[in-house]
Amino acid sequence: MEKKRFTISVYSENNVGLLNRISGIFLKRHINIESLNVSKSEIENVSKFTVVIHTEEEVARKIVGQIEKQIEVIKAFYHTDEETIFQESVLFKIDSALLFDERQIQNIIKESNATIVTVSRDYFVLAKTGRRPEIDDMYNKLKPFGIMQFVRSGRIAVSKAEMQITALLKEIQ
Amino acid sequence: MNTDTLKKQQNSTVKTERITGAEAVIRCLLEEGVDLIYGYPGGAIMPVYDELYKYQDKLTHILTRHEQGATHSAQGYARTSGKVGVAIATSGPGATNLVTGIADAQIDSTPMVCITGQVASHLLGSDAFQETDIIGISTPVTKWNIQITKAEDIPAVMAKAFYIARSGRPGPVLVDITKDAQFAEIDFSYEKCKGIRSYKATPKTEPQSLKDAATLINAAKKPMIVWGQGVILGEAEAEFKAFVEKTGIPAAWTILGVSALETAHPLNVGMVGMHGNYGPNKLTNECDLLIAIGMRFDDRVTGNLATYAKQAKVVHFEIDPAEVSKNVKADVAVMGNVKNTLAAILPEVNKNTHASWLQEFEAHDKIEKESVIQEELYPTKDGISMGEVIRNVNEVTKGDAVVVTDVGQHQMMAIRYAEFVKSKSNVTSGGLGTMGFALPAAIGAKMGAPDRHVVAVIGDGGYQMTIQELGTIFQNNIGVKILVLNNEFLGMVRQWQELFFENRYASTEMTNPDFVKIAEGYNIPANRVTERADLADAVKTMFETEGAYFLEVCVEKENNVFPMIPTGASVSDIRLK
Repeated sequence: MEKKRFTISVYSENNVGLLNRISGIFLKRHINIESLNVSKSEIENVSKFTVVIHTEEEVARKIVGQIEKQIEVIKAFYHTDEETIFQESVLFKIDSALLFDERQIQNIIKESNATIVTVSRDYFVLAKTGRRPEIDDMYNKLKPFGIMQFVRSGRIAVSKAEMQITALLKEIQ
Repeated sequence: MNTDTLKKQQNSTVKTERITGAEAVIRCLLEEGVDLIYGYPGGAIMPVYDELYKYQDKLTHILTRHEQGATHSAQGYARTSGKVGVAIATSGPGATNLVTGIADAQIDSTPMVCITGQVASHLLGSDAFQETDIIGISTPVTKWNIQITKAEDIPAVMAKAFYIARSGRPGPVLVDITKDAQFAEIDFSYEKCKGIRSYKATPKTEPQSLKDAATLINAAKKPMIVWGQGVILGEAEAEFKAFVEKTGIPAAWTILGVSALETAHPLNVGMVGMHGNYGPNKLTNECDLLIAIGMRFDDRVTGNLATYAKQAKVVHFEIDPAEVSKNVKADVAVMGNVKNTLAAILPEVNKNTHASWLQEFEAHDKIEKESVIQEELYPTKDGISMGEVIRNVNEVTKGDAVVVTDVGQHQMMAIRYAEFVKSKSNVTSGGLGTMGFALPAAIGAKMGAPDRHVVAVIGDGGYQMTIQELGTIFQNNIGVKILVLNNEFLGMVRQWQELFFENRYASTEMTNPDFVKIAEGYNIPANRVTERADLADAVKTMFETEGAYFLEVCVEKENNVFPMIPTGASVSDIRLK
């Protein structure tokens, strides 16, 4: 079966040990977690894990089953890239001198729709939100000038179709 | 921790008492109907032990000789009594020694609550004396685990722990309690857990799935049932039997399902899997409908999945959604407790007999009897066979004993040849294959079924992994019959070395001590049999002697267990020799 990228969304009780429990399920099957994001969700006191993996659909389905089985997990879903709207965020820290010496940098900032978060005498920080190729493109353009620090967030995603979670919560409460 | 529950509890008008966290632990156990626990004391759990001392008239504590023994005893107790087994230990090594038993309970779905002491909360993370991250260690092998650092959390967490351990597909839960939480005082009141919003113990049964399953069952010409422990855990033996008898479908069992339907039942066609019976394995690949009931298609059952029952439709009655289409794709999944789903489908299925199909099982059975079983049960060679020892057990117990087994050749022989007349009569380590399981599990099994004979069939290897539990048997007068089948080898590994590693017996030969003397050292009457002529009387004496008894039978050293499906082979490639 063909490998694809899947975004796994896990709605859970906010519990300290749960991340360990969930990551263990990936570990057992040697599935590399490409990105992981934990945040609050649209439901009060319910957390949302967003995990990106690259695997066969069959494996994604079984993993979701095993995640959902964990006591504190309310519901888990998996979606392909086509079924979700997703973004990542990045920060670039760059030497301030370059902003004035290298005109090209200003063009890169404009073209990539990045924002300048802060500028100080020594460095400035760029923020960019978007899809991986755009981010990679910006990275590749800035790289020759020297990047002092770079960091990328985990993917965050919403599904195009409804996630049947609110109704489910009502039903079980 | 669900703070709502806590608040509700604190605000409720239920009468409360001021007690310590340690006493609260005991009170919670009593509230959950626990009257027996297994454990081993140590620094971080001493406050709870101090309370145990005060409550000893209400709560019996059995001091095992190792914490692993406490878990296996709790498992044995759970398996014969149907109740939740409880094991208790201190922090650090006490807690890590529980891990094998917890993993065993997890994979074999045994309801168990383990309570561990932990260093005081201000020391957590500081590498304090006897501190281990038992939550981190036990996470992959528990159904649920939690650390308590505040005494006021104890009642609600304990209620949740028991609810999770026993509901749905049962499993082990570990509750780790810091020492300061044991000492602190709380206003105690107890409310049983009735549900957890993120946890659906038993999934809903779709009415359509019952209809679809019934349609397939009614249309099938060569249907076959494979049942597992789900029938026993769901206490669905009567519903299962009614289903089997009405549909007339041949039914085979997994190792953990064995005693749910009596051995002698005409539709009981034997065991599936690696050392299962010839007919059910072969015919798995000839049936047109495979009805899986409360089982999970373990690899030891299926052999090579690519060639497993590919010709058949599959109906899977299952409580755990994660097991459906995990290993074998289900055409119809009937979710729920099999007690309910089997009762619900009964009116929908036609009364039937599958006489000519059943004859195929009988024909295969005849082949197996002639080529394997006859010689195993009535050997023509000099050496005593494991099978004939089990036959002698059957002749005395008439199938009414609880048979506890360890792991290896003797286990397969005991399971293959032991006869059962009632459910909850087999206690074995199936999924994990834990050597050393049987002796401590037999202690729990006997205490869970005190009026029944409990015989622990153990190999000489596994026996020495937990032999120290003889001390527990001695101190507490546990009337278990210990039957060691001694071939002076790690027999199953030796068999594989013979068959697949060209007889290179790497580290499988055992030079054993005088087991009879050891048993006698613990004041347990003991006997050794080396000759066939003495076997029947020795087995009889073992059962007739009041209390514990040790019998060592020196069996043929290099016998093999057959039939056998070699690893990675298809069920239809089962070998008779």
